[in-house]
Amino acid sequence: MINIPELDQCVHCGLCLNQCPTYRVLQLEPESPRGRIHLVRAVTEGRIEANERFAEHIHLCLMCRACESACPSGVRYGRIAEAARAVVGPPGSPLARALEGFVFTRLLPSPLMLRAVARLLRLYQRSGLQSMSRAFLPARLYEMTAMLPPLPDRFFTPQDEPLPARGERRAHVAMLGGCVMSLLFADINEATVRVLRRNGCDVLIPKAQGCCGALNIHNGETTMAKVMARRNIDAFLDCGAEAVIVNAAGCGAAMKEYGHLLRDDPVYAEKAARFARLVKDASEFLAALGPVAPRGRIEMTVTYQDPCHLAHGQRVRAQPRALLTAVPGLRLIEMEGSDRCCGSAGIYNLTHPEMSQELLREKMVSIATTSAEAVVAPNPGCMLQLGYGASRYGPPLPVFHLMELLDRAYGGEAPPSI
Amino acid sequence: MSRDVLIRELRQIVGDRYVLTEKEDVIVYEQDASILQVMPEVVVLPADVGQVSAVVRAARRANVPIVPRGSGTGLAGGAVPAEGGIVLCLARMNRILEIDLKNRVAVVEPGVINIDVTKAVTKQGFFYAPDPSSQAACSIGGNVANNSGGPHTLAYGVTTNHVLAVEAVLDDGQAVWLGGRVADSPGYDLCGLFVGSEGTMGIVTKAAVRLMRTREAVQTLLAVFDRMEPATQTVVDITAAGIIPAALEMMDQLTIEAVEKGKPVGYPRDAAAVLLIELEGVREHTERAARLAEEICSRNGARQVRRAQSEAERQLLWKGRKEAFGALGALAPNYYVQDGVVPRSRLPEIMREVAEIGSRYRLRIANVFHAGDGNLHPNILFDMRVPGELDRVIEAGAAIVKACVAAGGSLTGEHGIGLEKKAYIGLLFNDDDLEAMARMRRAFDPDGRFNPAKVFPTPITCAEMRRQPAKIPAGLWI
Ligand SMILES: Cc1cc2nc3c(=O)[nH]c(=O)nc-3n(C[C@H](O)[C@H](O)[C@H](O)COP(=O)(O)OP(=O)(O)OC[C@H]3O[C@@H](n4cnc5c(N)ncnc54)[C@H](O)[C@@H]3O)c2cc1C
Ligand code: SF4
Ligand code: SF4
Repeated sequence: MINIPELDQCVHCGLCLNQCPTYRVLQLEPESPRGRIHLVRAVTEGRIEANERFAEHIHLCLMCRACESACPSGVRYGRIAEAARAVVGPPGSPLARALEGFVFTRLLPSPLMLRAVARLLRLYQRSGLQSMSRAFLPARLYEMTAMLPPLPDRFFTPQDEPLPARGERRAHVAMLGGCVMSLLFADINEATVRVLRRNGCDVLIPKAQGCCGALNIHNGETTMAKVMARRNIDAFLDCGAEAVIVNAAGCGAAMKEYGHLLRDDPVYAEKAARFARLVKDASEFLAALGPVAPRGRIEMTVTYQDPCHLAHGQRVRAQPRALLTAVPGLRLIEMEGSDRCCGSAGIYNLTHPEMSQELLREKMVSIATTSAEAVVAPNPGCMLQLGYGASRYGPPLPVFHLMELLDRAYGGEAPPSI
Repeated sequence: MSRDVLIRELRQIVGDRYVLTEKEDVIVYEQDASILQVMPEVVVLPADVGQVSAVVRAARRANVPIVPRGSGTGLAGGAVPAEGGIVLCLARMNRILEIDLKNRVAVVEPGVINIDVTKAVTKQGFFYAPDPSSQAACSIGGNVANNSGGPHTLAYGVTTNHVLAVEAVLDDGQAVWLGGRVADSPGYDLCGLFVGSEGTMGIVTKAAVRLMRTREAVQTLLAVFDRMEPATQTVVDITAAGIIPAALEMMDQLTIEAVEKGKPVGYPRDAAAVLLIELEGVREHTERAARLAEEICSRNGARQVRRAQSEAERQLLWKGRKEAFGALGALAPNYYVQDGVVPRSRLPEIMREVAEIGSRYRLRIANVFHAGDGNLHPNILFDMRVPGELDRVIEAGAAIVKACVAAGGSLTGEHGIGLEKKAYIGLLFNDDDLEAMARMRRAFDPDGRFNPAKVFPTPITCAEMRRQPAKIPAGLWI
């Protein structure tokens, strides 16, 4: 196995154990951050083999990086786990692996193919096939399709013409559409653009961009991930923007790590590091810019779910809360363990349904205890998972992206679900 | 009984999932937060006291040792299975069984995490006093076994002062209660004997712990000194003046440098030492004590005494202290920590001696410790890759331990003897003392089944022991 310098930084103190969702559920050291680090170290030392059992422990990890927030020694666990996954490959049966391989190396890198698949899905949802399919699809597969929200009429499409700021011009930014966001949540992307423009930003959405590669990286697929990273660097780096805005936490966290991903690339290493510094979560950017005060009232109590890759991956916690509470009428009630993973974790809810549902059930209980009227979670994976949790376990609350509510407070279109 | 029969029996007791035998599972239980490693043969995680009893009986029939383990944050190798056998991890037994606020008692299972006891009663205005810096991770069972302390030990005492009774499974598999719900039960204080026995007398399966009322007021001071000597003198003077701070912690220049390099909290980088002094109690009393403490600091030449003006500022001052050990990684790739104790009045001279030992062995030593208790934590900084440096580190460590004992102190304040310090126990006790203790232990555990080869200076027969190669002394207790 390759050399992983981050391993040496772990002093085996155990302070991360109870922040780890899988350890909390199972209380087993091999399913804890310290245990997983110990296992990876043992593999690098040749004391154990990177066999099936080892892979199971590595795959049961959510990659939520809560352990990084807890660690006083600053261990970059995510990098260790990604390196380990590069060795053991993606999870699942041979068939699932083949499918994942196809998704990572063929589907995600191709915006055109993604769009085609989304159109098929939309047809499946609208033709009534979905409701009929309950009868003939295996239960697991049906559940999977049931987790998807209705696909929108229009997908979000990048365009090379910048959209001009409204009011005084304060910044010139570029935005990542994102593969899932553009297809499933096109309206949220549009809301984000409106919010940015209201805040005095010229917004450019370069056409040459593509999927960020986060899912690939988390599942140990780095070859195509590097191709995707280089494509985005080329698309964004020299477009003159002061920041690359991302409204999906998982994508933002991955793009901030491009410098690490391409550190050995003679041509791109320096560019990647420069690019990574430009990447900002939408809330992080707005809070730093000084947001224009929203005037529209939203009379609602909400609770906020910290997306793992925002709170742990990017250390962005205060900014989304500040933006939320600046909306007149909006009240924020904190839930217990708001920065604990909801079990979505990329494709984890598909590969490890049991653990994923256990975490989701707990999450829905924490949400219910707040008696909030809605949940805010600025990341597509969390929104899908929580939406599913709300319908399956209750309480039946709407789930919003932060940008949707902000947009509404700025007088944009009301989110259709209220 | 063969190994396979034992394992089959264990599986019947706790279920397949919680008996670990594969190398890719048990290897993670070979180490705690120290650097010593011995791989267990099997790890068992029982769900309740009945299962613990059954496991103990099975181990007895098979004649294999049992090593209890909580969260594995111990720093002395206590949970390392020195002679192999079964590691009995109590992490799954993590329920708070009863909270009785009227009598200020909570009954908890051993796997409950220290901080969760306090969290369960904060809203009602109570807390559980022993607060090891590892409190977000360590278990009550481990705390009981090691008689753990923390920054607030100065005012509230160590674990033994807060445990009213324990339920323990003894070597015949029986669960017995030692101690009682009320303070001072008649007869021998068997609970007191059990607390601090480092898992060598039996398995703690429940503990009745004392809950305390949250104090009305708290004041936190940061006193800044240009020299070490007046800082240590201030510690002596504050306690001599009859003030009992809730906490009285010291950090020296190297530690400050490390903290400020990592996640800065605003300690002055050019200071030789800072004291973190916390006072709590009734409002008027706390105010008076804080003023007196400020006065004593100034009299000893403190350059500045800052009082936290808000809860946020107070948290920040503590954050630097609590994360200090993690931050030391910024100064050197490795460090080795001692845990010696001296009578408070000897602090000024022992600190001089520690500095002298540092220069004698050409090693940097960062100090961050419970000054009010006289409990030192000298962190010897080094780089393993420099040939010969580790040997000097181990010699310097031994010199510090000896200096503490010579000053009328002890070799460990709060982390236990375990495997790590058993070679030094002869510095404190002679053969007769040790034999008396061994007899006491045999009264509970005649076959030496529980946590063998710990505490007492017997040689380890197991040939498999290794030191974590990448990072030698990772002991980072503080
Ligand atoms: C960062 C850090 C900071 C620390 N700070 C402090 C501090 O401020 N003060 C302090 O005193 N210590 C401190 N420690 C040391 C350690 O946290 C304590 O010794 C703690 O009590 C160990 O608890 P544990 O659950 O991790 O026990 P383990 O490490 O699992 O076990 C410790 C010992 O207890 C025995 N044991 C565990 N559970 C049981 C049981 N149910 N029945 C019988 N025996 C049992 C084990 O056999 C072993 O001998 C620190 C450690 C770290 C890593
Ligand atoms: S990333 Fe999350 S699940 Fe994985 S070890 Fe860290 S805390 Fe646990
Ligand atoms: S990852 Fe960090 S918190 Fe966890 S055991 Fe290692 S050093 Fe400690």
